[in-house]
Amino acid sequence: MNHKSAEQLSIEAKELIVNYLDKYDELKNKERTAIPSQEMPSQEPEVRIKNLDEVALGYTIEQARIEAMRCLQCVKKTCVDDCPVRIDIPRFINHIAHAEFENAAAVIKEASLLPAICGRVCPQEVQCQQTCMVGKALKDVDKAVAIGRLERFIADWERSTGKISIPEVKHETGKKVAVVGSGPAGLVVAADCRREGHHVTVFEAFHKLGGVLRYGIPEFRLPNDIIDREIDTLTQMGVEFQTNFVVGKTRKLMDLINKDGYHAVFVGTGAGLPMFMNIEGENLVGVFSANEYLTRANLMRAFEKGKADTPIYPSKNVAVLGGGNVAMDAARMAKRLGAENVYVVYRRTEVEMPARKEEVAHAKEEGIEFYFLQNAKKILGNEKGRVNAMECLRYELGEPDSSGRRRPVVIPGSEFILDVDTIIVAIGNGSNPLISQTTPEINVNKWGNILVDETQKTSVDRIFAGGDIVLGAATVILAMGEGRRAAASINKMLADEIGKEKIE
Amino acid sequence: MNKILYKKQLSQDVFLMKLHSPLISQERSAGQFIILQVDDDYGERIPLTIADADPVEGSITIIFQVVGKTTQQLSKLNEGDELPALVGPLGKPTHIEKFGTVVCVGGGIGVAPLHPIAEALKDAGNKVITIIGARNKDLLILEDEMKTIADEFIVCTDDGSYGRKSLVTEPLKEICERNPKPDMVIAIGPPVMMKFCAETTRPFNVFTQVSLNTIMVDGTGMCGGCRVNVANEAKFVCVDGPEFDAHKVDFDNMISRLNSYKEFEKEMHNCYLESEIDRKERGI
Repeated sequence: MNHKSAEQLSIEAKELIVNYLDKYDELKNKERTAIPSQEMPSQEPEVRIKNLDEVALGYTIEQARIEAMRCLQCVKKTCVDDCPVRIDIPRFINHIAHAEFENAAAVIKEASLLPAICGRVCPQEVQCQQTCMVGKALKDVDKAVAIGRLERFIADWERSTGKISIPEVKHETGKKVAVVGSGPAGLVVAADCRREGHHVTVFEAFHKLGGVLRYGIPEFRLPNDIIDREIDTLTQMGVEFQTNFVVGKTRKLMDLINKDGYHAVFVGTGAGLPMFMNIEGENLVGVFSANEYLTRANLMRAFEKGKADTPIYPSKNVAVLGGGNVAMDAARMAKRLGAENVYVVYRRTEVEMPARKEEVAHAKEEGIEFYFLQNAKKILGNEKGRVNAMECLRYELGEPDSSGRRRPVVIPGSEFILDVDTIIVAIGNGSNPLISQTTPEINVNKWGNILVDETQKTSVDRIFAGGDIVLGAATVILAMGEGRRAAASINKMLADEIGKEKIE
Repeated sequence: MNKILYKKQLSQDVFLMKLHSPLISQERSAGQFIILQVDDDYGERIPLTIADADPVEGSITIIFQVVGKTTQQLSKLNEGDELPALVGPLGKPTHIEKFGTVVCVGGGIGVAPLHPIAEALKDAGNKVITIIGARNKDLLILEDEMKTIADEFIVCTDDGSYGRKSLVTEPLKEICERNPKPDMVIAIGPPVMMKFCAETTRPFNVFTQVSLNTIMVDGTGMCGGCRVNVANEAKFVCVDGPEFDAHKVDFDNMISRLNSYKEFEKEMHNCYLESEIDRKERGI
């Protein structure tokens, strides 16, 4: 991959934009699609593997405006249909093209209070950008308008200029809403319920807020500072946060309603239990779930050696099992923590990998090696019970399975040994069992996911749920979409009650 | 939040603290634990069993031994100081019912988590035989408290400085040889002690329960770092335990996992001690 420096990209954008400044509104669709798409400036790979700073550096103003000018302002907004929180994409992009950044921010905030986060971690290429007509015209989804990067640009612009607007909060209603979990789903519910004037308390089991945004996504992809700032907006709106509080344990879920007087509860406890392969040797020293590895590194700051008390396993050769974004994060983190060789072992091919293309590309630039059509068979250890190798099998692609993807089939007798001292298992998560264990009233499916109706309501009155605890491991934006729907249901329920109380 | 209400040094390396935590004191049951941090930016999260609780006062009691940096820092805090992070009660409570005769075996610091369990078993109408042990007399804790509960009480020290000179497994074996044999054994202490308690009771086929204290990060099932092999299946100590059937636990694997960071931690611990000495010398 050729890698243009940030300076070079900035110079090119400045030269280019003068051609369009006077005639942007008159451009024909054909001319717009002819505008070159803007590459995201990023840290040089050899530099960034030695730090935890953000890899992608964000657009300059000129780059953002040029990219925005590529938007065709379609009448039928297919991009909006594919956004789980329904941001009015063409409208905010049009503001960027005209350098009306404050207005652009206001449009995004009608639908999402977490633009700096979504602009960084949403899988844009399979959502808004997938249906973009520019990408279609150029027959390449990578050439679609970079909606995610533009969203990020606006959020960063707002922050850097200190013009973060705090959404308006209606008069206090006297109704109390409890939100369990401060991850993406919970934060959206907190914001949307607070806007309606309800008192909102968010309960978080960890000592820091943000859920998976904080413990799961490394700072090189989503800096903690960004999470803090977006949560700060909620604090300023009057949302209360209570950390070190495990609902189900510190307080039973039902007690929040029956004893503490909450009128509604949203459960957004996320995906919990990490899945393992159930192969021989999986409990040897040196085998980690991605959750553990990333929590140690991100939340407990184990990468700050000398400062942090939480140890991280010193590794030389690391194998990461899995092909999602979490696998990419773990692999790239291992590299930054000093591993010499990092292999991503995935049993299908690159085409089937669920990770975002951009993250895979970044990982490749950073020297992560990809072993496709291979999988672990068993893990081997030394006399001290520590990992020293992994026996793998090779696969080939067979007929499509129920997911529509071609099924990987083992090639018999293809066993081979990979020398590794650390294995990070990133094959997904089951549901966290704490709520279902301690709240027998709530209905769950056989995987422990909470069952909800189309309004996100659970089997228990006044209790709603959403995000990974309902969906199984999904994405930040899908969790936010669920949170948005749940908040609408909670707000409607409470508004109806307030209406009735007034009549009485 | 989480103010230290009371502190007492029980032996050279062992401390008892009462922490202000009304919610945990109300919700906790015997067998459960908390996770605390001494620094919520750079500190590690360590699990400690709840040794006692007083819901009226709103306090919980922890007893800990200085083994690493966090417990060392904790031991230096005093009454009136506050902990930035304290979460719990975590883990499943001990299943308490009238089993008949229960032998409670506690080794070293393990007597602390054993005490509330023995108390609950006694309250449920069981005959409680208690064996407590330590390397030497100075390391014995909660002797009086355990004695008050016990119908039969045995103390052992490895070096014979107090009580019977033996490992706890010796009297345990003798009790298992009695007729009738005990209905149940609960053993809590160092992993090696629990392993040998399990081997002692196995031939007698006496159900034996152990409480495992593994490495944990979150304590809510999220990280999987605490996993142990139980009957050849991976179990998470924080949400499936902390108590398991001792005859089914793979102690060797558990011990090697506990030592995951040992060499590394030793280095860190020494660095910390050195910097402490350094600071003292410089008069800070």
